[in-house]
Amino acid sequence: MSDITSQSLFELTSNIKEKKLSSEEITKAFINRAERSKKLNVYVTDNFEKAIDQSKKFDSNPNFDFKLPGIPIAVKDLFCTNGVRTTAGSKILNNFVPTYESTVTQNLWSQGAILLGKLNCDEFAMGSSNETSFFGNVQNPVGENLVPGGSSGGSSAAVAANLTPVTIGTDTGGSIRQPASFTGTVGLKPTYGSCSRYGIVAFASSLDQAGPMTKNVRDCSMLLEVISSFDQKDSTSIDYKRNYYSKELTKDIKGKKIGIPKEYRVDNMPDEIEQLWKNGISYAKDCGAEIIDISLPHTNYALPTYYIVAPAEASSNLARYDGVKYGFRSLGQNLIEMYEKTRSEGFGDEVKRRIMIGTYVLSSGYYDAYYLKAQKVRQLIKKDFDDAFSKVDAILTPSTPSSAFKIGEKTNDPVSMYLNDIFTVPINLAGLPGISIPAGKDKNNYPLGLQVIGKPFDEQNILNISYALEDKINFKNDISDWWLSE
Amino acid sequence: MSIDLKTVKHISKLARISIDDEKANKLKGDLNNIFEFIEKLNELNTDNVQALTSIAETTLRFRKDEIKSENIREKILKNSPEENKDFFVVPKVVE
Repeated sequence: MSDITSQSLFELTSNIKEKKLSSEEITKAFINRAERSKKLNVYVTDNFEKAIDQSKKFDSNPNFDFKLPGIPIAVKDLFCTNGVRTTAGSKILNNFVPTYESTVTQNLWSQGAILLGKLNCDEFAMGSSNETSFFGNVQNPVGENLVPGGSSGGSSAAVAANLTPVTIGTDTGGSIRQPASFTGTVGLKPTYGSCSRYGIVAFASSLDQAGPMTKNVRDCSMLLEVISSFDQKDSTSIDYKRNYYSKELTKDIKGKKIGIPKEYRVDNMPDEIEQLWKNGISYAKDCGAEIIDISLPHTNYALPTYYIVAPAEASSNLARYDGVKYGFRSLGQNLIEMYEKTRSEGFGDEVKRRIMIGTYVLSSGYYDAYYLKAQKVRQLIKKDFDDAFSKVDAILTPSTPSSAFKIGEKTNDPVSMYLNDIFTVPINLAGLPGISIPAGKDKNNYPLGLQVIGKPFDEQNILNISYALEDKINFKNDISDWWLSE
Repeated sequence: MSIDLKTVKHISKLARISIDDEKANKLKGDLNNIFEFIEKLNELNTDNVQALTSIAETTLRFRKDEIKSENIREKILKNSPEENKDFFVVPKVVE
């Protein structure tokens, strides 16, 4: 049997069910490795002691009907966990201990999973490199001083470094798929309304979705099956029959029509990514898929639209952090001064920047010029996809315009940081499901990903296409464990 | 169009985030770069386009109007920045 922490979720659940491994053995193996991996800075808060207790409890009375029987899982620190500190990577929530549980994490525990701890992320999920976190940047296990992507950077690094079998992240403009691409892992953003947003620290409510981050496509299907559910507590949760994703998973994609959008061939895209995309196309053909050229004419307008819509929603959502009811408070002479000082000291620079953008575009006299305009362009972007999906079953693109970059390389230039999400943002604006799978490496040996985009609620189809491609690509991450201490 | 220092300070007031002059100048530069990038949207004619207000094409659900008696005062006050078992405490607002 291979080393416990390098096993997939599928292998671990099989080994538990066949009584080859106990929950305690597995939990302790991940904790032991985490103790030696502090250099990566993936954990904001650990739950190790309680996790061991819970694993013993599971072993003493195991239920093998669960989908995640006794499996320890660390989650992004954006999900509220009852009794376990939840910070959203921010100073302003540094001392916040929720008294309730997010629906998505509750779904994990209801299927037998055990909380290992809370993973680092960009502050309020605003960032593409995990460098905006109050708790410091995360190292990408792929190479020293490389960013792990963001905002779910602690999550992507933890999966790639074998510190959790699988994890869940959130994706508002690419925050699951871009870090997955940067770390050679799989990340899926479900259709808007598939996973409940209840108990997730809100960033931009019309774009936010939780989703699985895993080592492979099969694990991704298993985890999506657990976390996707209709929830009365989220008014935008959609009541539809979800697939039995892991059971229905197949590599048979013969006859599927896959669209290739010409607008995703952007200026200055490295040749390696162009080549990666070509390889993906030829693999899809080998699997019997039909390749169709398509056009998504408003692609170039997606990022500017996103940088109006997302900050506008964020400025409203983050108005609640005023130092009154919970979180950090800075004292002032009067109430207004208390608000202003609390928010000034409690939020980091990127969050402040986005609150300022959002406040400006929603302010009197500018609403029509910016916010309304963006909502109209968002309609055009959605229509591009509607038109494309009348001809094809799925769309194949690169996940990101580059591989992982160095820590500090883009921190002084917000716009160049934002350009990282050029291929992922349109999918959030249109509410569609998208998955990133590792598909190759660049000249530095850093991973690169391909993205498969689907019709609304068609997660099964993009999982199947990814499953077929994964088999052909046969990606190996070969990470050297350079960060491990004794 | 460009955003001047006065506007930056006005927005920071609206956003209830105090900033000093140095930060305000830095933000002015950042915001101008970002808005220059956003201005690209003006290339598009959207006169006859309906704004997209909800991505999920559903109408909001109604729930039953039921009284749920959950005694959760303690839970709600648990994370309160200043300790008091009955109320949230803020600086004095009436003289």
